[in-house]
Amino acid sequence: MKTREEIFEILKAQFPDAVLGIDASLPTEPLISIDPLKIKDICVFLRDSEELKFDSLMLLSGVDDANGTKTKDEQGHDVITGGTLSVYYHLDSVYLKHRVTLKVSAPRENPDVESVSYVWRSADWHEREAFDLLGINFLNHPNLIRILMPYDWEGYPLRKDYKNPEFYLGMKVN
Amino acid sequence: MGLLDKEFSEGNIVIAKVDDLFNWARLSSVWQLGFGLACCAIEMMATSAAHYDFDRFGVIPRNTPRQADAIIISGTVTLKMATRIKRLYEQMPDPKYIISMGSCANSGGPYWEHGYHVLKGVDRVIPVDVYVPGCPPRPEALFEGLLKLQEKIRNESMRKKTV
Amino acid sequence: MALKTERMVLNMGPQHPSTHGVLRLELEIEGELVTKVTPHIGYLHRCFEKHCEAMMYNQVVPYTDRMDYLASMYNNWGYALAVEKLCGIQVPERVEYIRVIMGELQRIASHAVAVGTFGLDIGAWTPFLYLFRDRERILTLFEMTCGARLLYNYIWVGGLSHDIHPDFVRMTREFLESFKPTVTEVNNLLSYNKIFIERTANIGVLPLDTAINYGCTGPTLRGSGLAYDLRRDDTYSIYNKFDFNVITGQGLQGTLGDTWDRYYVRVQEMLESVKIIEQALDQLPAEGDVQSAIPKRIKPPKGHVYTRVENPRGELGYFIISDGNTNPFRVKVRPPSFVHLEIMDDLTRGHLISDIMAILGSIDIVLGEVDR
Repeated sequence: MKTREEIFEILKAQFPDAVLGIDASLPTEPLISIDPLKIKDICVFLRDSEELKFDSLMLLSGVDDANGTKTKDEQGHDVITGGTLSVYYHLDSVYLKHRVTLKVSAPRENPDVESVSYVWRSADWHEREAFDLLGINFLNHPNLIRILMPYDWEGYPLRKDYKNPEFYLGMKVN
Repeated sequence: MGLLDKEFSEGNIVIAKVDDLFNWARLSSVWQLGFGLACCAIEMMATSAAHYDFDRFGVIPRNTPRQADAIIISGTVTLKMATRIKRLYEQMPDPKYIISMGSCANSGGPYWEHGYHVLKGVDRVIPVDVYVPGCPPRPEALFEGLLKLQEKIRNESMRKKTV
Repeated sequence: MALKTERMVLNMGPQHPSTHGVLRLELEIEGELVTKVTPHIGYLHRCFEKHCEAMMYNQVVPYTDRMDYLASMYNNWGYALAVEKLCGIQVPERVEYIRVIMGELQRIASHAVAVGTFGLDIGAWTPFLYLFRDRERILTLFEMTCGARLLYNYIWVGGLSHDIHPDFVRMTREFLESFKPTVTEVNNLLSYNKIFIERTANIGVLPLDTAINYGCTGPTLRGSGLAYDLRRDDTYSIYNKFDFNVITGQGLQGTLGDTWDRYYVRVQEMLESVKIIEQALDQLPAEGDVQSAIPKRIKPPKGHVYTRVENPRGELGYFIISDGNTNPFRVKVRPPSFVHLEIMDDLTRGHLISDIMAILGSIDIVLGEVDR
């Protein structure tokens, strides 16, 4: 069983370029920031390394950081430009009973993150959900289509500047 | 009907209006489509299970819309589901009745404001006969809804409507 | 000579009596054999996460109820734990005991539905009626505590909405005494029934390494033979004060990790819950205000938290990001059913169409939680 700081040291030694830093200032759980295009290699290492053995991905959550510039369009709705979208990975080792949280951030206009669905099979649906609700594009995902919303839905509902359509297939939405 | 507790001698004839006879038969065997949507479906299940026993009102779940008289919309109707509900409704033979069970099916319920994927009331896609309020309604409330529906059926007429 | 059949695509659902809600399964079949199953979900997507962002912290609790509507207490509890951890709130001991009692009663109620409807899917009607009869008694206990039968809004951040009724302890003990024979009844009627075993043993075998790779938890993982229970392995609340066993599948009727094993883990877990409740009732502190630690206004510091509880279906996790305001910035739920539904394709491949219902019943999903 290792603490998050120890895991960070191991990762930093193994991947000096891809591991961006650890944020331990937060009151609850330290976060390890990773380069979005290197996340797969790091996850393979985390899963296969004998001393870490992160054998399951508990949760993958997409987050709209809403840290860009906010403007209003002519109807008075918020529009966010710039900034980032983030993905948080909560990993768990069933046998060694330690946990770690990883974070990757990708630019809002072009949110490309490498898929980890080859590493943990549970990532498949979680990534589809993050794509569906936030529009994060997971590279090399086997089947990146909407999962919760209808296939012909437009827009990404969980983005902070999302505006609901008035009608869907002739049904009034609001 | 109050007939069964009376004793008859042989060869009796009961005279009733066709409307009354048919309505009585129909309202005593409202077969519902076995169809659950969300939380309310669990209360609907509890209503048909032991303790509440929906069967005593003649309500039996049928697994195909083509054999069903009534459909209980038990739960939140999402936009993705709404088109399917409409199709199920269209597959049911006439006369058909709809009980909208719970706040979500009535009006969107707790999801009325921010629910981007929730249909705010099933009556936007299909006509509803009885609304049962509650989140979720108790089984007794569903009984009340059914009794209201029976009342409605009792007052129907088969006479040709003049324009 | 091998029979040559054409591959056919068949839709099951979203309105299907055995899919436990509005799930659509797209089956590819060759004759009676299933070659591929694609679950289509989202028919009950009720925008929970969007609602959280628009609500204050305490207003989110009723929405958590409506996710896993068979285990609402646990949803409340997991959320309350997450916010308490974020704010650093310590709840009174009496509250912890009542939460454990309510949680374990909820587990019995949820497993009763799971086992009952599982029997129903396979064609056994009687156990369903027996278990629903007992579930009604649990619902009565909940109802006299908080006034609701299904969606309780009972466990609040920092406390509870109501204290227990003066008769609650006595009635719970009476219920527990009367519930133990029901489990024996279910075992006699269902578990060791020849027909039932034929339908479930060696069907839908889930190997342990696949289960872990898929992130399975709860009875689905324990059915494959690993004793992993968050109540014991990542203790929260006061579970370290109770003595209980972690039930695992033993492969008694067939291969380890088959449908029967997952089913039987649930049956036995109901008895373990009875044990926990009995201990908790014995130790329950007599006095104490259950609302003393409820904050007037919840405004946690900037940060994020992930807490998890052992829900009847598995690990229910709440990931909350706070930006220092009175509304959560982001709430993401880890629903166990969502993860478990993903293994359907693996489990059903090569089985018959009628086995799909058995397998689906054995992973015990709730669509409200899958779609949120």
